[in-house]
Amino acid sequence: MTYVRSTFRHPALPKNDLGYTVDYYEGSLSTLCAGCGHDSINAAIVEACWQMNIEPHKVAKLSGIGCSSKSPAYFLSNSHGFNSVHGRMPSVATGANLANRDLIYFGVSGDGDTASIGMGQFVHVVRRNLNMVYLVMNNGCYGLTKGQDSATADAGSKSKAGSVNLFEAIDLASLAIELGATFVGQSFSGDKDQLIPLMKAAMSHKGFAFLNVISPCVTFNNNAGSTKSYDYVREHVEITGTMDFVPMMREITANYEAGDVSDITMHDGSEIRLHKLQKDWDPTNRRSAMNAVQNAKDKSEILTGLLYIDESSQDLHELINTSDIALNSLPQSLLTPGSDALAKLNASLR
Amino acid sequence: MNKKINDFVVRFANVNGTGSASANALFTKAVFRMGVPVTPKNIFPSNIQGLPTWYEVRVSEKGYLGRREGVDLMIAVNPQSMKKDYADVHAGGYFLYDSSKPLPPGYDRKDITHIGIPLMALCNAEFSDARQRQLFKNIIYIGALSALLGIEFSVLEGQLAEQFKGKEKLIEPNIKALNIGVDYCKENFDCPLDIRVERRDLLGDKILFGGNSACGLGAVYAGATVAAWYPITPSTSVVDAFAKYAAKYRVDAETGKNNYAIVQAEDELAAIGMVMGASWNGARSFTATSGPGVSLMNEFLGLGYFAEVPTVLIDVQRTGPSTGMPTRTQQSDILLAAYASHGDTKHPLLFPASPKECFEMTVDAFDLTERLQTPVIVMTDLDLGMNDHVTEPLVWDDKREYDRGKYLTSEELDRIGTETLMTAVSKISLRTNGSAKDEMSVVMAELDGQANSDHSPSQPLEQFKGKYGRYLDVDDDGIPYRTIPGTHATHGAFVTRGSSRDEYAVYTEDGAAYQRNVDRLAKKWDTAKELVPQPEIHVSSPHLSKGSTDGSSISVRRPTLPKKPSNFSKLTASISTPCGLVRFLSAHHSAISSMPTNASSSSNKIATHSSKA
Repeated sequence: MTYVRSTFRHPALPKNDLGYTVDYYEGSLSTLCAGCGHDSINAAIVEACWQMNIEPHKVAKLSGIGCSSKSPAYFLSNSHGFNSVHGRMPSVATGANLANRDLIYFGVSGDGDTASIGMGQFVHVVRRNLNMVYLVMNNGCYGLTKGQDSATADAGSKSKAGSVNLFEAIDLASLAIELGATFVGQSFSGDKDQLIPLMKAAMSHKGFAFLNVISPCVTFNNNAGSTKSYDYVREHVEITGTMDFVPMMREITANYEAGDVSDITMHDGSEIRLHKLQKDWDPTNRRSAMNAVQNAKDKSEILTGLLYIDESSQDLHELINTSDIALNSLPQSLLTPGSDALAKLNASLR
Repeated sequence: MNKKINDFVVRFANVNGTGSASANALFTKAVFRMGVPVTPKNIFPSNIQGLPTWYEVRVSEKGYLGRREGVDLMIAVNPQSMKKDYADVHAGGYFLYDSSKPLPPGYDRKDITHIGIPLMALCNAEFSDARQRQLFKNIIYIGALSALLGIEFSVLEGQLAEQFKGKEKLIEPNIKALNIGVDYCKENFDCPLDIRVERRDLLGDKILFGGNSACGLGAVYAGATVAAWYPITPSTSVVDAFAKYAAKYRVDAETGKNNYAIVQAEDELAAIGMVMGASWNGARSFTATSGPGVSLMNEFLGLGYFAEVPTVLIDVQRTGPSTGMPTRTQQSDILLAAYASHGDTKHPLLFPASPKECFEMTVDAFDLTERLQTPVIVMTDLDLGMNDHVTEPLVWDDKREYDRGKYLTSEELDRIGTETLMTAVSKISLRTNGSAKDEMSVVMAELDGQANSDHSPSQPLEQFKGKYGRYLDVDDDGIPYRTIPGTHATHGAFVTRGSSRDEYAVYTEDGAAYQRNVDRLAKKWDTAKELVPQPEIHVSSPHLSKGSTDGSSISVRRPTLPKKPSNFSKLTASISTPCGLVRFLSAHHSAISSMPTNASSSSNKIATHSSKA
């Protein structure tokens, strides 16, 4: 890491459709360790938002506590952020989303923040199909308190100090599918080519989009024997397939060799073009997705890519029939019943 | 024995789940409609069906509506609790029981009058359906009370007609049941008894309403659009009321869509987290809970205090510690709420004393929390919340505008002219195609120009000196300006956090920045003292009370009552809820022997945790 960020930008930096260069999407300087997987993910978020032509201020960034939860400061400096309390990001995101359905909600959490202290809130935000992206930067350890095993550390994985984790790992991707998440992807911080289209699709998804991203902790969990180290993950990644995300109203131009290609149309008209590498896997079928993840696990592989998607679901606002107009922008005249209504009510109470 | 006209207590001893509640409410409303002050109390178990439940009604012409010891008339229709119910009747009082079967041995007090009515036998003779037999037994005893206590039959008839509007078929059997009770009493007893109700005109335009309903309605009037909650007795009916009134007043007639959202959270932690997320995002939002929920919400209350996020919490207190007695009242959350969470936190508390004040203070809480940008807690309790009370009619001024506090609009942010170097650079790089060197010179020129340009900002925007800072105290009242997410493309964004930060919301562990921040929060606390509702001061009797204990307080401060000796002999005013108390105590603190020597700091603490009665 560096303590000084250059203000110089190459004049020929490409611009997106809004006329912004990619640095417009950056945040403040990261204070994470040099080589931290989280910083790669933050860079992917910046890139994905730039490519998606998102107005940064139309994004709300939310997080809990931990290394990962510091991230909202490190991307989209023109977005509001809420670095809440440990494990409670889902509830803050839920309230925020209810208040204004017109923003994009990007939640960042970690494996401690989600799989331990925040498990209760995590499972319930999935149930409610809150329209948000929920990204876990999963390194299998508590980095900010110097490397204790987390609940996603695999049984048998060895820590830097040499101790072996005795307990079964919580598999967040499987759990999310099981709970009814309507978009589940898994990736690796070192695979930008996969991560960026996955993020773009997640942001276009209407409903709860969960991304479990293995993000090695270079300082405390990058040793031999760890199943969340760069080397181990690189050796054990098994991808579902390659994928392109095509935003609404764009022509699909990418040219792939003929193979097992399928297009998934998203609610806003965007398309996901999948080049499946896995046999017997249908990303629109929950059971098939579950099986694919479990089959990979049996082979000690980490299945990455889009795992499951359901574009037909109703998000929380639709489920509870809230106004199409953001609740935080309703005028007082629509909110207060007024004195006449109160006089009638008084009369009924005598 | 003296006649007790409009001054007695009736207790109904029922079995939970037998339909007694609506019959008993019929009785209370009838007394109310005869113009006599009345207060009912539900004394119920944490149970849905089968356990004993009591409904106690105090009738008091003098308007003493706190709970009083002793029962003048017991309606004993629950064999399970009968022994205790029998013992609870005041000497000279009445014991009304179901004489379908004879009383067991031992029910032979000579100091009370026994009134045996064969409720079950009478009911079974007239009604054949099992459920009807159970329900109408209750109505028969209400009819009996009408004769025994002199309640006008036409009043009861009127109530039934209103209650069963649209279901007129049900009126006739109810009237029949009432008459069975009336007729039996008139034939067998001297009616009315020496305790009785006589028509008065003491209530004016007052209403009979519960505190929880008033809080829920207040939240609708205050413009709350997001309610998040976790079920807990005795606060549940606050959100029930919000749901009921929102469904009535807040559904868009054209689209059928809701101008509100209610989420039943997974626990109290999530409930208040949702409230903070919604409030942070510019909606008015609230939750309601009771002591155990407040314990869980401590974490978020600390965040709300330090990160300065508006939050309205309605605490309907119940008996603690721990699970305590969930269905009994207490006012034992005050310190918990006042200083909720670790570190030097403190929260403004409002203490309504009546349903009318529950309505008003709930509305006020939304204005205060946005004005002060800190959690505000409305402190009610089970008694105030779950019972009906005689209260002044609710008032809404159509000219009242919500006080949304200090936040900056997009135009105001433009006028502040915030630009960080980075965003300036990137904006400029978008619209020029020159060399890097040219680029930088353009940037520098633009930044110079910005510093010197004439933004002609109005007060207080110029105080920002060209750069928005979330935690800058530009008005010198400790309250900074917030911005709502999504307001402006390049100005006003910041990261809200519970960790220490500087005036520009940038994380810092610098001691001086921390101190500036907590000093500003202390200043904000002083500002809060001026904004919270002020206490009522009654210069009549020496005592302090707050909020829901007002029912008892009223009877003490009535000048007609003999004055009791007081330890606070020099304290000549009665304050029936604090705040403003600070001024009062600072003038009188020498009179209070138990006050710490550092009177100013301790009185300050009391002060802001208080409000009007």
